[in-house]
Amino acid sequence: MAVLVDKNTKILVQGLTGKTGTFHTEQALAYFGTQMVGGVHPQKGGETWGSVDGDHLPIFATVAEGREKTGADASVIYVPPAGAAAAIIEAIEAEIGLIICITEGIPVLDMVKVKARLAQSKSRLIGPNCPGILTPEECKIGIMPGSIFKKGSVGIVSRSGTLTYEAVFQTSNEGLGQTTAVGIGGDPVKGTEFIDVLEMFLADNDTKSIVMIGEIGGSAEEEAAQFLVDEAKRGRKKPVVGFIAGRTAPPGRTMGHAGAVISGGRGGAEDKIAALEAAGIRVSPSPAKIGRTLAEVLQG
Amino acid sequence: MNIHEYQAKRLLHEYGAPIANGVAVYSVEQAEEWAKKLSGPLYVVKSQIHAGGRGKGKFKELGAEAKGGVRLAHSVEEVVANVGEMLGKTLVTKQTGESGKKVNRLYIEEGADIERELYLSLLVDRSKSEIAFVVSTEGGMDIETVAAETPEKIFTLPIAYDKGVAAADIEKLNNALELEDKAREDGRKLFPLLYKAFTDKDMSLLEINPLIVMKNGRLRVLDCKASFDNNALFRHPDILELRDLTEEDPKEIEASKYGLSYIALEGNIGCMVNGAGLAMATMDIIKLYGGRPANFLDVGGGATEEKVTAAFKIIMADPHVEGILVNIFGGIMRCDVIAAGVVNAVKEVGLQVPLVVRLEGTNVDKGKEILEKSGLNIIPADDLDMAAQKIAAAVKGA
Repeated sequence: MAVLVDKNTKILVQGLTGKTGTFHTEQALAYFGTQMVGGVHPQKGGETWGSVDGDHLPIFATVAEGREKTGADASVIYVPPAGAAAAIIEAIEAEIGLIICITEGIPVLDMVKVKARLAQSKSRLIGPNCPGILTPEECKIGIMPGSIFKKGSVGIVSRSGTLTYEAVFQTSNEGLGQTTAVGIGGDPVKGTEFIDVLEMFLADNDTKSIVMIGEIGGSAEEEAAQFLVDEAKRGRKKPVVGFIAGRTAPPGRTMGHAGAVISGGRGGAEDKIAALEAAGIRVSPSPAKIGRTLAEVLQG
Repeated sequence: MNIHEYQAKRLLHEYGAPIANGVAVYSVEQAEEWAKKLSGPLYVVKSQIHAGGRGKGKFKELGAEAKGGVRLAHSVEEVVANVGEMLGKTLVTKQTGESGKKVNRLYIEEGADIERELYLSLLVDRSKSEIAFVVSTEGGMDIETVAAETPEKIFTLPIAYDKGVAAADIEKLNNALELEDKAREDGRKLFPLLYKAFTDKDMSLLEINPLIVMKNGRLRVLDCKASFDNNALFRHPDILELRDLTEEDPKEIEASKYGLSYIALEGNIGCMVNGAGLAMATMDIIKLYGGRPANFLDVGGGATEEKVTAAFKIIMADPHVEGILVNIFGGIMRCDVIAAGVVNAVKEVGLQVPLVVRLEGTNVDKGKEILEKSGLNIIPADDLDMAAQKIAAAVKGA
């Protein structure tokens, strides 16, 4: 078992015909035959997309049409920032269950609008500004490099793309492997928070341990720590290792990710680390020791 | 992006917010000419820099007894004398750091008779994904201090995106700020127009501190700070025109031309990394091994050879840099592209400091081969831990 996506997941691509969409769709098709079932482009409906490997996918004018004709249950979005919020809303209106938005740089008020729409729907949004989701040997949605993954027992959830790769690489090297890795994204307003994914990992029988990678800004890590404490009281508990990026970041400066900023004395790394440790989570002292720290925790 | 106080006030004035008459000046001559157009008897001369704490700030070039960055004057002559003293000087406040900021513009405003000072801000509450008002009766002071000492005096009101500022919201804000009569009337107009300005212009923060009740019972925006969402500037050319490049670090401006995310810091180890989280983590691990990062630099996911070369040059242009760490985990980003970009840059500008390169991920072998064949004095590292140790050691030894 895995969370969110597996070999049965059928995926539409919004923004397939662009350079980024094309490249990553080719990569996904090449990754254990991830079921990419079609693209969406308002002006190119009826055309066909072709990959360098000779694969072909139908292009639909709308997400609704694509879903109806392919039975897609997920959609991945590579649309540029100015049109990305409209693309997410189109997918919500087409009742796509799982929407993954890779796009970086969406205006935050556009996302406030998207969140208001999401609240009245049954769709789940992952991202934006995220690397996507990958279940090893089954399904790759987004931009994570498939080669570093290994089927296994660790659930990984992260606000940062390349730090997700570090965690995946290190847990693969420790021989542990992953059930699923979920990049929730670096924006301040996003579809899915740590708590949502932690809940899925706690419920998944194959996930034996969890790595959670946070960074400065906001209070999602503190809320996640509280969630894990509350769940442990109810008898739901798995070993968790955390890492928080941004210990050396100066206050008031946005560190690359729109959401990574210490403002008004809040969102600093030390507070987050303290909250995780108070919840019984081992925090890796270094980004190079995430895998090792988890292996030590598991060995007791 | 931030704008100056006077720019923010003009913007709010367009929406109908009550502000004092005022003029922005760049020279003593302008002050002489324009201050006459304002009505006395009280004037305020305010330094225009992108940092708070101006009133309590001190000018570097003036003595410790000299007045701060915001001054009262009782005549046009006094205004002009203050402008002459303040303009072109360096103001150091608790937000500028020790180096301070040069004051190139002053804002001269008609004074007000203040009855009460209040606090009001609008921001995006990220935990609720909603726009929220934050108000307090304790204005004119640091809101963080109020939050720490008397949190019960801060009132937060989220606004439902579909509904906007409803009549009930206005009543709640009026009550929280304890406004009466004419001020309450002004509040009914002010709250919705501030919300409209915030959403129309894609602000990330609008802070009015203080919002004042004057002796005549009316509300006025006395100080104002507006920040805008960088991701939305593409649809606000009018706001982009207000950008003051003299407020920004020249290296950061250069980096933004190439779409690089760069922040100058105070250390001596330059860093080039792909991904914001990994870039922060790389700074952290350098510190862990006793080094000090000179910058944050994220080359992004889709960097080209040209972009990498530009990034490398920006790092090398910092005179404090005594060593460089390149840390790349290639997903989309191919290691051979990074390697070629680094080699190009070094060939163009030379390499006077130790350079440690750690490559991992897509096309890592090709990347390592390019570095090796270049014949340059590059210290390779196989993992992040080793890379950080090596650069920290190399810089200490230098």
